[in-house]
Amino acid sequence: MTAPSEDIPVAAADASPAAPHTDGTPRLAVENLRILTAPRRGRPDADVVDEISFTVQPGRVLGLVGESGSGKTTVALALLGYFKRGLRPGGGKVLLDGQDILALPEHELAKIRGRAIAYVPQDPASALNPVLKVGTQLREVFTVHGADPATLNDVLAEAGLEDPAPILAAYPHQLSGGQQQRVGLAMAFACRPRLIVLDEPTTGLDVTTQRRVLDTVRGLCRSYQVAAVYISHDLAVVAEIADEVAVLYAGRLIELGQAREVFASPAHPYTRGLMRAVPVLESTYELHGMTGSPPRPGSRPPGCFFQPRCEFAVAQCELRQPDLVTVSATGHAARCIRAAEVTALSGTAILAAGRAQPPSDEPVLSISGVSVSYSDKPVLRDVNLVVGARQSVAIVGTSGSGKTTLARCVVGLHKDWTGTITFAGHALAPGVRRRSQDQLRRIQFVSQNPYSSLNPRHTVGQIVGAPLAHFSKLSGREHQQRIDDALTSVALRASFAARYPDELSGGERQRVALARALVVNPDLLVCDEVTSALDVSVQAAIVELLLRLQAERGLALLFITHNLPLVRSIADDVTVISAGQVCERGPVTQVLSEPSHAYTRQLLTDVPAFERG
Amino acid sequence: MLGRAVRTPRGAVGLAIAGCVVLVAAIGPAVAPYSSTEFVTKPFARASAIALLGGDTLGRDVLSRTLDGGWELLLMAAAATALGVAAGALIGVVAAYFGGWTDNVLMRSVDVILAFPQLVFALLLVSILGPKIWLIVLAVAISHAPQVARVTRAASLDITERDFVKAMQILGIPGRRIIRRDVLPNLTSVLMVEIGLRLTYSILVIAGLSFLGFGLQPPAASWGLMINENRVGLIANPWGVLMPAILIALLTIGVNTFTDSVARASLGVGGRSTEPDPLVGLAVEGASA
Repeated sequence: MTAPSEDIPVAAADASPAAPHTDGTPRLAVENLRILTAPRRGRPDADVVDEISFTVQPGRVLGLVGESGSGKTTVALALLGYFKRGLRPGGGKVLLDGQDILALPEHELAKIRGRAIAYVPQDPASALNPVLKVGTQLREVFTVHGADPATLNDVLAEAGLEDPAPILAAYPHQLSGGQQQRVGLAMAFACRPRLIVLDEPTTGLDVTTQRRVLDTVRGLCRSYQVAAVYISHDLAVVAEIADEVAVLYAGRLIELGQAREVFASPAHPYTRGLMRAVPVLESTYELHGMTGSPPRPGSRPPGCFFQPRCEFAVAQCELRQPDLVTVSATGHAARCIRAAEVTALSGTAILAAGRAQPPSDEPVLSISGVSVSYSDKPVLRDVNLVVGARQSVAIVGTSGSGKTTLARCVVGLHKDWTGTITFAGHALAPGVRRRSQDQLRRIQFVSQNPYSSLNPRHTVGQIVGAPLAHFSKLSGREHQQRIDDALTSVALRASFAARYPDELSGGERQRVALARALVVNPDLLVCDEVTSALDVSVQAAIVELLLRLQAERGLALLFITHNLPLVRSIADDVTVISAGQVCERGPVTQVLSEPSHAYTRQLLTDVPAFERG
Repeated sequence: MLGRAVRTPRGAVGLAIAGCVVLVAAIGPAVAPYSSTEFVTKPFARASAIALLGGDTLGRDVLSRTLDGGWELLLMAAAATALGVAAGALIGVVAAYFGGWTDNVLMRSVDVILAFPQLVFALLLVSILGPKIWLIVLAVAISHAPQVARVTRAASLDITERDFVKAMQILGIPGRRIIRRDVLPNLTSVLMVEIGLRLTYSILVIAGLSFLGFGLQPPAASWGLMINENRVGLIANPWGVLMPAILIALLTIGVNTFTDSVARASLGVGGRSTEPDPLVGLAVEGASA
């Protein structure tokens, strides 16, 4: 472990000569922050994050980017002087207007939290008490922090809730996700804090709501000169909102700089890799996942932490942790000895060869006139859709549009629908029980959340073997061989068969779920938001895998997603669903470039994006 | 999970306490110095070299009767618990998995039984049909089933909504196989806790019934019965009441402590279906260190 080094270039801490409209003193300055695990018997304490230094000027937004496990939430909470159980500060300073937060006693901290520093959590619903009316909770916040309750309506209006009365009288569950998050923002901005920390506040919101929330946050920060730290794993969202970007990897800040510069010419191979994993709307790029997974605290490699996964790695990288290397006059810096070379590389993405349009004369699946109602409330209205053999069709819609219900109708989980669904020339019965074994085998489903789709009590081998055992009676050796083949085809080692799901990462779990679907050689694979629970680099790897499998096996794909840019990379045809109705369908290139329906256009403009270099 | 529970201090202590009592009850009849029906000394005689814990209401050896009178209670409690938990778990899981009218019929029937207080229900059956051992076991089991069914149903509802159950349903695998392969194994921690809790209640109810005279009939020895027989001589020779009472108390405390530790251990095993944030993992490990 490296000692908290004095040899960090000063540029790291004071990398803000570029902030044009500042008086020099940053609102927030983090200096060499180091957070350790609490000591455990027989094990040395590992640092969770170390050598974290950055500054934020009033009115500016710093985007803190990192994948799960990178330590971004740990850093965010440290800005509030808070450490999760099992973690403790190991040095460094968090200076709010020059005052060290970490040196304050708990009762002083309590006064500062909520008043000088506000926090907006990821899940607004869980931050609101479900049994109290929103108005009661907001007024309580105002009273506790000594804000004037008379300004309540103004604060709500600023947060984008123009008609506060019905919202104040409502219980949290009666509000939409977007409204809940606005209430959260109103609470946070109520006391005119000096610093606001936002922990992925738009995760789980659809693009349109996300766009409005982002606009609100940015507007509030500007008008009240609040410094904001915006934590996210979503590069595009950060590109939209942040002035400066800090990228975290394995507990280290590996890149820091003006948002535009970082995204135009990333200086660290990891940032570059992340960007190549993000799909964009404008053109079809090849998505590239990164190999390997981030090292965990305590088991990090020698030298540069990224070096085992790095395509630019040289022998020198294993020797010592690289310092931050400044690559531009504006303070753009990266912790990489080859930063200058990486920055000079052009193009973070490779344009994909146009997807060969497969002949779709014989539809595998055709949905016509399908409608679904939940107790008189229509969920799907007269939906028509065709998936040709070897074709990939995306269904896009915001949450609540009915796209998942449609998928459940196709696989037979939902059986109260009207209309016809024809699979390979035969009409499908509504429920699973009335479908033939052959139909059941040929349509397979992969669900959204790999954390709940695998039985935690079964080994991977048992999980993948279950459908196989159900559909075909094979000898023990053949059975095992098929499981091994399925695991290999999703790029997992056959030895994974003996593991339990809780030993796997999210991406590995989703691969197991794919293997379970593929082991019985289906013709149609229905994928319900299969990448939405995963980090971008993992998402890219899964998409790569799906495309390869589709080509190899001649699979037809029905790909349900809310992620429009992803559609560009994976689908041939796209169907846009809004409020249970199809509003547009056609080839991906046409729909995304020349949308004909107003809803599609709205969706497209709301998608956050960044300029690629 | 059981192994992890035993390695915690709480689990080890609980198991040791309960184990000692079970040991006493199991090997007691073999090592008792006298027969439990032999008149050894005077009624309520003080402890002496002849009778280490003195005499009971008829002058029989308290030590021998204590050593002799436990196995019946333990066997009955174990049988009642096994029956009750098995029946209750089955009802709960089936109600949760199939839902609809199956759920309604099962749970409303269960509610009817639930309306009777446990001891009153058992007394009712026993006083109508007579104090037969199998009947007491059955009565206690039936009185357990509704509560186990409620707990199991609630836990199963969560499991049956998980995607891995849906994944099996899509394949057309029959419900009873999904229940057996996918739902029940995920209920083990809940069921372990229920078994412990119900075992404790069983011991108390059966000892209570025995105290009230429904159980082994005199002159046979039984801890509950001993407390009743010897309570008039509590001042002359307290051991006649104290020994069985202490053993019943230790057994209950031990079983309860152990199952509590099982429940705690299982939290770490069953609750991993959410996103594995390495930091949370560290926090958990750090907290347990």
